Amino acid sequence: MSAFSPDAARAFSGNWGEFRLAAAERFAAAPMPTTDEEIWRYSRIDKFDLGAFVPKAPVTEVTGPPDLASFLSTDTEPDVIGSDAPDVFAELNRAFMSPTVVKVPAGKVVAAPIVVTHTVSGDGTAVFPRLVIDAGADSEVTVVERFVAADGAETDAALVVPVLQVNAAQAARVKYLAVNEVGAATWQIGNQQAVGHRDSTTLLATVTLGGDYVRARTEARLSGQGSTTKQVALYFAGGDQMHDFRTIQDHDAPHTTSDLLFKGAVQDSAASVYTGNIVIREHAGGTTADQTNRNLTLSEGAWAESVPNLDIRTNDVKCSHASTVGPIDEDQRFYLESRGVRPEVAERLVVLGFFDEVISQLPSGAVTDDLRRRVADKLDLGTREGAAA
Amino acid sequence: MATLKIEGLRASVVGKEILKGIDLTVSSGEVHAVMGPNGAGKSTLSAIVMGKPGYEVLAGSITLETGGESLDVLAMPTWKRAAAGLHLVMQYPTEVPGVQLDAVLTEAFVSRERSTDDLDGLIRSEAGRINFDERFLTRSLNVDLSGGEKKRNETLQLAALAPKIAILDELDSGLDIDALRDCARRVEDMSNDGDEPLGVLAITHYSRLFDELKPDFVHILADGRIVETGGAELAATLESDGYGAFAPATEDSADASANALADLF
Repeated sequence: MSAFSPDAARAFSGNWGEFRLAAAERFAAAPMPTTDEEIWRYSRIDKFDLGAFVPKAPVTEVTGPPDLASFLSTDTEPDVIGSDAPDVFAELNRAFMSPTVVKVPAGKVVAAPIVVTHTVSGDGTAVFPRLVIDAGADSEVTVVERFVAADGAETDAALVVPVLQVNAAQAARVKYLAVNEVGAATWQIGNQQAVGHRDSTTLLATVTLGGDYVRARTEARLSGQGSTTKQVALYFAGGDQMHDFRTIQDHDAPHTTSDLLFKGAVQDSAASVYTGNIVIREHAGGTTADQTNRNLTLSEGAWAESVPNLDIRTNDVKCSHASTVGPIDEDQRFYLESRGVRPEVAERLVVLGFFDEVISQLPSGAVTDDLRRRVADKLDLGTREGAAA
Repeated sequence: MATLKIEGLRASVVGKEILKGIDLTVSSGEVHAVMGPNGAGKSTLSAIVMGKPGYEVLAGSITLETGGESLDVLAMPTWKRAAAGLHLVMQYPTEVPGVQLDAVLTEAFVSRERSTDDLDGLIRSEAGRINFDERFLTRSLNVDLSGGEKKRNETLQLAALAPKIAILDELDSGLDIDALRDCARRVEDMSNDGDEPLGVLAITHYSRLFDELKPDFVHILADGRIVETGGAELAATLESDGYGAFAPATEDSADASANALADLF
């Protein structure tokens, strides 16, 4: 644990020493979570060994429009970060973070997407990227954050603990997409937190294909009247992978609208968990909230769990949730095969069609074409029963 | 030329015998109508020819003679039956979200080792022939389509894939009179093709289908058996007298379970 000691945190980089020290001390004082806790119930946290890792700065590259430098920095004020962490991993990020800050001035429309790429090397490296998107009033920005394995490190052990903070000021429009394609032995435990102020619109999108155990907690808080948030995710786990999502739609102001669509697939002996909660506070009347989670189980040995929750504290709301777990629809498969489509191709078409509803809502077109191909490639990796004749 | 031979076919669903010995032979260029009351086993027959899961064949055989070969249809997986030249136009075409017509036809052509170079033009010209609005071509298969549009979509696929023998499972149900005319006329044209005329097994309740699609033979299916075979005039007799004259006087009706099954289509 000494690699993550308070002293190590204070000395981690040239700035933020006392802030890091305080966070590392809070981390050291808190117990590591166990699967006895409800929020970690289905997770692999019992297999987690922090001692196997050493904190390092991530290799981060940012591309974007020509005037990118005018609103991009690697530093910010500690009070932007705040002091409440939803779990110990967010706290650990605070101690060892490497911030990327996108601060869009009021009224500015950033036409081209900003792409932040973290390349994760192996050998027990632990990285703590923190992305802050601070969108000024009536501004507009799209940010894509990619997590990829370094060349040659695709099967090395690594730990990624990212934190995303989105602040959408009045009438701001923010679109965010995280694409996870880390190596097969990489653990990733992330937190996403978005706060939408009056009349703002925020999209939090996630695509997870990589990793060994990948967990993301994604929270959208609607703190201003008339604000709208949408959370979408595509996840596809194969081999022994596990993808674990916790979502929160927190309505903290009247006349707010949230929507959520998470679609996942599991094959081989992979597992996935979705736990979602809609919170509608007493003063959040006139609110609409929808939550949909659908899962395809493509192999006998694969496992998916879906747990939707509602916490509604006022009457004047329109709320819906839907959740399904099951194999590919036999009628859809038969329909395609009756046209002469081979069974494995029919399965690929149905799975891609299943994900299309999410892909069509992702913010960046260039990323999505490639995504269809990568989802299709992943389908071919596994050897599944039930696909013959 | 191709011939589909169904001989002594008996089949059951969830332990209940629905088909009790069917003999039918359909050759290229022939139009056979199979008519019968609800629960007679009409949809079961089409499902078994195409290999839909959930049906058990108890006895009999289905053979497709084509290109000098004699294929044991019941031993083939569904996709190979289709690639060999059998096609099913479904009564209730399945919605396949996120999958578009061109993707399915592309893969269907690849299975048949047919070039896809002119596929886009073929889809557009076939859509035009049956008045299928081009804006529907990019929708997910059968999603948000009306009954008539679904049947036009089915007919478009039938024409593009150009099978040897087509089974139409109630092509005439759930669509308006204009769509019925467009679809039935296209099938009639295919059955009259000078080079490769389509063989048709048209399952239906009603004779209105025959305003455009002219049957050479009419078979009456009741309680799992063909009880009468004749020419087009038999359909006219049915129209005036109803099925009562042909239905067997037995309590052992397949209605209940066959109706439950028909709901699956």
